Order: sequence, then C-alpha cells, then structure tokens
Amino acid sequence: MADIIEVQHLCKRFGEVTAVDGISFTVGAGEFFGLLGPNGAGKTTTIRMLYGFSPPSRGVIRVFGMDISRDWRRIKARIGVCQQDNTLDPDLTVEQNLILFAGYFSIPRREARARAAELLDFFALANRRSAKVMDLSGGMIRRLTLARALINRPELLILDEPTTGLDPQSRHQVWDRLEKLKASGLSVVLTTHYMEEASRLCDRLIIVDHGKILVDGSPEELTLRHVGRSVIEIGGPDQALRDYLKAHEIAHDDLGQRLLLYTPDGNEISTAVRDNFCHDQCTFRSGSLEDVFLRLTGRELRE
Amino acid sequence: MIIDPQTISWRFVKVWQRNLVTFQRIWKVNFITPLLEPLLFIAAFGLGFAGLLSTIRYAGAEISYTAFIAPALVATAVMNNAFFETTYASFVRMYYQKTFDGMLATPLSIEEIIIAEIVWSATKAAAAATIMLAVLGAFGYVKWPLGLLMIPLAFFGGIAFGAVGLFFTGIIPTIEMFNLPIFLFVTPMFLFSGTFFPVSNLPLWAQPLALAFPLYHLVQLSRLICLGLHETVPVLSVLYLALFSVIFILLALVFMKKRLVK
Ligand SMILES: Nc1ncnc2c1ncn2[C@@H]1O[C@H](COP(=O)(O)OP(=O)(O)OP(=O)(O)O)[C@@H](O)[C@H]1O
Ligand SMILES: [Mg+2]
Repeated sequence: MADIIEVQHLCKRFGEVTAVDGISFTVGAGEFFGLLGPNGAGKTTTIRMLYGFSPPSRGVIRVFGMDISRDWRRIKARIGVCQQDNTLDPDLTVEQNLILFAGYFSIPRREARARAAELLDFFALANRRSAKVMDLSGGMIRRLTLARALINRPELLILDEPTTGLDPQSRHQVWDRLEKLKASGLSVVLTTHYMEEASRLCDRLIIVDHGKILVDGSPEELTLRHVGRSVIEIGGPDQALRDYLKAHEIAHDDLGQRLLLYTPDGNEISTAVRDNFCHDQCTFRSGSLEDVFLRLTGRELRE
Repeated sequence: MIIDPQTISWRFVKVWQRNLVTFQRIWKVNFITPLLEPLLFIAAFGLGFAGLLSTIRYAGAEISYTAFIAPALVATAVMNNAFFETTYASFVRMYYQKTFDGMLATPLSIEEIIIAEIVWSATKAAAAATIMLAVLGAFGYVKWPLGLLMIPLAFFGGIAFGAVGLFFTGIIPTIEMFNLPIFLFVTPMFLFSGTFFPVSNLPLWAQPLALAFPLYHLVQLSRLICLGLHETVPVLSVLYLALFSVIFILLALVFMKKRLVK
C-alpha cells in the first residue's frame, strides 16, 4: 500500500505553547486513520498542518508524495476537509453552499449542480436543498459540511470531530455514510472523542497527548495490548479485594469508588474475584478502546 | 519578500462571486440606501437650506449649493460602502462565520481571499454610486455623458477605501473597536474633505491636512466629472489615490495574513 500521507518530526509552537511536539506517522491509501487524544492534545493543530492551513514550526509533511509547503494548491485540490468549527455560509441556501464551494475548486457550474444533487441525496438533504443554513439542525449542518467536503471528489478526506454534538440517530447515520465512503476506497483521517466511533471506523489509529504520540495500532491490537479481552468493574471495593490484587499482582485501576480489573478471559483470577469479592456491584464486560484511552491519558480533566 | 506572485491568480473571482450571490439575496435592502440618501439630502439642502445659502463660489464659478454637494455625496457613499464592507462585513465573515477558514481548505490562497474582499467592496461602492448617479441625474445635478465616468471612478475610489478598511480588520482586536477608526478617520474625512464647504474656507494650517485625505481627492474628481469644474490638478488626485491604494493593499495583505495564518 502506497502511503498518501507521510509526517516526519512535526512540531507546532504557538509562542510558549508547544501544541505538537515531534510526531511522525504515515497513512496508507484506502486506510481509515484515527487521531485520538484528550482536549488540547494537538489534534486540530496537526490536522490543520496536514491540509496546509497552518505552516509547521518544524518537520516535513508529504501528501500524495508532494510537499505541502510547496505544492499546497495541487494537494488541496485533491483533499476534502471537514473542519471542527462550522464554516458554512449561513446566509446562503444548502445548495448554494455546495455550488459556490465547488467554484473554489474551479469545478464548472453544470458539473457542480450535478454533484451537489448527488451529494444531497447521499446525505439525505435533498428535500432541504433550498433551506437556509441558518434554519438547519445540528445534524443537518454536519451532514452538509461532509457533503461540501466531498464536492471535489477527494482522494483523501480529513474529518475533525465530524459527529461531536450529534444525537445517536444522526451519529449512526454519519457512520453509515462514512463506511460506504470507506468501502469505495476513499482514504480518511478522523479525529473524534467517541471511542465507539474510532473502534468501528478506524483501521489504525494513534493516541496523542501533549503533542506526542502515545501509541499506534489497530483498535483491536491496542485493546488487547493495553487492557486485555475482559474487564471486571467493581463498585465499592473493600480492603480485602485490594490486598488480594496486590498479593497476586493483578493489573487494575483503583478509582476509589470503583475498581477496574483487567484479566485474561476465563482464567482463575476472574473466577476467584467473582466468587469472593463480587458482593453486589460487579460488571463483567469486554475491554474497549475507551479503557485504553483512559489508561494511557489518565482520568484527570483537561483544560 | 512580502508577496509571492504564485499565490495570486484569477481564482479570486470565485470569492468575489460568493459575495455577489450573498448580496443578491438581499439586494432590495442594499439598494434602498443609495436610492433614498440623495433624495434626503436634496430635500434637506435644496429646500430647508435654500433661504440661508443658495449659491456658492467653487473653482471660479457660481453654482447652487445642492449642485456643489451632490458629487460629494456620491464620493462619500463610495467611501462608506467600501469601508464598511471590508470592516464590519469582512470581520463578520472572518471571525464569526469563519468563511475564510472554510475557503482555506480549498485551492484558494489567503492573498486571493484578501484581494477578492477589496475588489468586492469596490464593486459594491460602484453599484451604490450608479444608483445615486441615476437619482442625481434625474434632478439635473450630473453632466451627461461625462457623468458616466463616475462609475469607474467609484470603483477606483472603492479600492482605496476597501483596502484601508481591510487593513483595520487585520489589526483590530474586537468588532466594537471599529468605532475608533471611524471616529478618527472616516468622520473627519466626511466633514473636512471639501464635501460640505470648500477646503479654502478652512484656516491655512488645516488645508494641507485636508489634502492628505483620500476622500478630498475623490470629491475633487467627482466634481470634475459631474460639474466639469476643478480647483486642483486632477492627475495628481488620481496619482494620490493610486498610491494610497497600493500602500494599503500591501498593508492589508501583510496584516490579514498575519491574522489568518495560525
Ligand atoms: N491559534 C492558536 N494560538 C495559540 N494556541 C493555540 C492555537 N491553536 C491551538 N492552540 C493551543 O494548542 C494546543 C492544542 O490545541 P488543539 O486545538 O490542536 O487541540 P485538540 O486536540 O484539537 O483539542 P480538542 O479536542 O479540544 O479539539 C492547546 O493547548 C491550544 O490551546
Ligand atoms: Mg480540535
């Protein structure tokens, strides 16, 4: 698989703040790549450098084999971007938003009309084509933003939190569309705070914090490596349990009111815990990307 | 190097088009001001003022006071239209609507967006001037066909005021602070550019200040076109406005770029 994004030793400083601190990664053609991290980790800053919006303080970015600092115009013509902020034109209609945006890519008016109609159908917005953006719901705005990002038939789609603030219905609808696009061979870079979304969509992902990469791998690999297949969540753990875990050196996170136990599937420890320590509040579940994320980036609030 | 020539192409027309489409959505509202403003001034000065001051000496000729201020009204409208477009309107697009951020994810360059904003503001100024010209012409305050030259002149003057407006947009921290350049720059120009009285009525020390105002030169050129009269050398006024435009286009490019590139 040829790499369509190559990032080497990328840094971005804003005065005293180092938002991105020497990260390197690659994204292969057709890959769905996730960029995860807590608030302020540097995801948006990284993504903005990827599509040539911000110049890096240091490092090299190559997209489609071209240097973004030199060939930005040619690169931008081949990528679609869905920014974290809503940048739609509130004064214009849904359809005008798409057609004018197509103009920025020098797509002829006729072709733009055809593509707009097609995309509005795909994102279930066809019946709102003449509505003003100001009158749309949050879910429709996100879908329209996605439609707009696809107007130039990009080979690479860059999505900065495309589902933040959406209700479960809208989120599932967006996931469904993104899966269709992925199946059609589009390469995607995604940031999200929904671990379920990342697990479902991403082939591979990195977790960043304080501008540095913590881990890199597929969602399954990372879950297996850092959490294990199953987790026991115990409410109101007592001292006896804590002593037992300490004595047997069992991997766990003690949150005070709650205790998370990471155990290999069906081994004697989980049986022992179930029999001896599960008085009332005990949940047995599979390990998830959310466990990985919280274990690696900590549970304290950011910002 | 301040500007890389590769960053400026005809693509800026697409951004200009975007502003035109938005403008067309509310074109009726946009046309009311230039239509009614001259009528209001003609009513006020032609009727209300008539007993106090009926004629005025300008460039050696005796003309009615209303004929004196009519071309200045068009020049002032050019200033207001262009300046308000690249200050308040551009600021809203830049800061609140994040329109430019969206555009920067496409093959457009920052330079093209900036140029388009200035050219658009001049277009809007020329549109307003055209309507005012029609109204003033109907009352006999414009010499035809020479008066048609007001339209390209309005565009030319619009570039100067649009550029200086966008320069302020590049440096102003919040939208409320546009009050400052308006109070210190626009209002004094509106009053002291030979708009309502000839600059020769000002005390001697103040006259060179008025000559530094771009609006003064635009008013002079407007009177030349509408009345066929002039008290300064028209070529110098054209050169002054051109120089003013070039300087502020460069400043707008530098400061808007600084503000938009994060
Ligand atoms: N234009 C800027 N000027 C100064 N500091 C900035 C700027 N943009 C981002 N930062 C800082 O850089 C850091 C990383 O911000 P960034 O927006 O990349 O985080 P993020 O991972 O996208 O967070 P979130 O999940 O909240 O969107 C933060 O500390 C932020 O305050
Ligand atoms: Mg972000």
